[in-house]
Amino acid sequence: MEQVKLQLEQLGCPSCVKKIEAGVQKQSGVESVEVLFNSSKAKVSFDEEKTSVDQIKAVIEKLGYAVKA
Amino acid sequence: MQRFKQVAMLIAGGLIAISLLLYVINQPAPIDLFLIIATIFTGIPILYYALQALRLKLMSIDLLVAIAMIGALFIGEYVESSVVGFLFLFGSYLESRTLAKTRSSIQALLAIAPEVAVVLKDQQEVTVPINEVEKGDIIVVKSGGKVPVDGEVTAGDALMNEAMMTGESIPVDKVIGDNVFSGTMVDQGYIRVKATKVGAATAFSQIIELVEEAQDQKSKTERFLDRFSQFYTPAVVVLALVVYLVTRNIHLSITFLVIACPGALVIGAPVSNVSGIGNGAKNGVLLKGGDVIDRFNKARTFVFDKTGTLTKGKPKVVALKSIGDATDWLKAVAELEHQSEHHLARAIVEKAEQTYTLETETLDVEIIKGQGLTGINKDERYLIGNRRLLEQNAVTLPEALEAQAVEAEGNGQTVIFVVKEAIVLGFIVIADEIRPEAKQALFALKQLGAEHLVMLTGDNKKTANFVAKSLGIADVRAELSPKDKLTAIRDLQEAGESVVMVGDGVNDAPALALSDIGVAMGLSGTDVAIETADVVAMNDRLDQLVHAFRLSKQTVRNRTENIIIALLTVFFLLIGVLNGKIHLASGMFVHEASVLIVILNGMRLLKYKPRR
Repeated sequence: MEQVKLQLEQLGCPSCVKKIEAGVQKQSGVESVEVLFNSSKAKVSFDEEKTSVDQIKAVIEKLGYAVKA
Repeated sequence: MQRFKQVAMLIAGGLIAISLLLYVINQPAPIDLFLIIATIFTGIPILYYALQALRLKLMSIDLLVAIAMIGALFIGEYVESSVVGFLFLFGSYLESRTLAKTRSSIQALLAIAPEVAVVLKDQQEVTVPINEVEKGDIIVVKSGGKVPVDGEVTAGDALMNEAMMTGESIPVDKVIGDNVFSGTMVDQGYIRVKATKVGAATAFSQIIELVEEAQDQKSKTERFLDRFSQFYTPAVVVLALVVYLVTRNIHLSITFLVIACPGALVIGAPVSNVSGIGNGAKNGVLLKGGDVIDRFNKARTFVFDKTGTLTKGKPKVVALKSIGDATDWLKAVAELEHQSEHHLARAIVEKAEQTYTLETETLDVEIIKGQGLTGINKDERYLIGNRRLLEQNAVTLPEALEAQAVEAEGNGQTVIFVVKEAIVLGFIVIADEIRPEAKQALFALKQLGAEHLVMLTGDNKKTANFVAKSLGIADVRAELSPKDKLTAIRDLQEAGESVVMVGDGVNDAPALALSDIGVAMGLSGTDVAIETADVVAMNDRLDQLVHAFRLSKQTVRNRTENIIIALLTVFFLLIGVLNGKIHLASGMFVHEASVLIVILNGMRLLKYKPRR
């Protein structure tokens, strides 16, 4: 089980949090995801055999949010 | 898409302004076309985000606005549709700008983190990026430089500014053997530091991590509002539909959609928490989240550990009494005590060193366990110790000293008698000093609503009572084992009190965990203390505890204000709509204004100052 913390662009509204959480959670291999609204970070733990950091980043980008690091 | 949002906002703003101008000067121009273009530009990002959310089966505010805009276009209200779109984008732009300000305290902390380090390699100073520094490296820090690691000073000395760690701006002196923390700054001097913790392991990084997590930890109110808004948004859509079916008035039902947006209600509570926690971090107080603030705000019972929390935790000579006026025997006594490792002996040596230069040659000393010591200095035989030592050696105490000694002992202080060649010279009083700010801090707590102050200690009753009496604590429980302390806290909790436990963290960790709010004093016991506690006073000062308590009360009040503002806005908007006074564009304006007002109100907390 791998864990990453992704720095996102500044999140503007609390509803973005739910959007990103729901979207990333759907990705297969993702164990848990928590989006920190105020620091605009996403904490994701996932199974590295089923998915990758890049795939998770892609999901978030597709939802319309830039991933900085 | 974020960038497009801003571009769309600017284009739409420009088009609306031109249309207004054309309308005023009565020029026959395709005003409607301009407004439709503006609507489309602003509509694209709004619809995009609304659909993104909808794909995940979430109804967002964007959806309400998008439906309203499409509805307005449909009934030919181009002014309304374009203005609503513009105001919504402009509002969210201002929101994110001001929100960024409430988060500024953590950004300021991050900016403090040094990015490079000067490492000593083969006697050469090499500048390397911070992530290449390893444990055990020797780091050089000069005047004006920042310490990039946690470590121990191995050479040099410096006046250090530790404000970012402790909130205290008065520089402290650091010499060989002292610990320094990442992020602190050398004001004056030069030190070499051996790195003991680097990168994410430093206390500084952990604090940032903690503050970040704390700001996002939701309070009960917030969790309620979150759940509320999940049902609220779909409910508004349904209601708007009902309004349309009943009145057959599209304009009224889309206005209803816009004014019912739960914006201020959703953002109000988190903004207060973020600002409150940010203020704490700036002033050396870590509050771990909205829940902690809630519980702290309601607390009435404060339990203090005595040693190290109300007192300095280090024995110190507080008085010297002599048969004559002279206390010059202290030098000879200290030289003898220098041979002992006892902590009381250290206090005596420390006191003597303030006045004399001690000779450190080895002297002939015999330690008598539980009594003191006897030894020869400059050919004279000394007995230094407690009453038992006097009795064993058949020395009687002169009456003049007896009364004073009994008084000191009655206050729970330790009395060490000094006898030279069978004649009593005087005695030394040693006590654990009460912190200078303690009395005022406890008084302030009481004024803020701490009704029940309790002191728990493993120390004897006499000492405990003396400290408690000096500080105005009525409820004293002495001679407790660590387990007894837990029982005492549990008893208070079972009596229905919500208990704040204030301790120095290391040995109090279980009590901190058990209490409703655990307050750790100081960073000394870093890892365990910071993790178990709910509140950390980083500078180990009791007035920080007062600030934390006051801040949590202020934050809860601010949050309540925001919720009231949000509810009142919705209420008045509803009345306005039903009276036909509020339309789509003006409704949007009021809505966005209310969101900005709650954010600005929350930001007031950032400026809230601790009182000294």
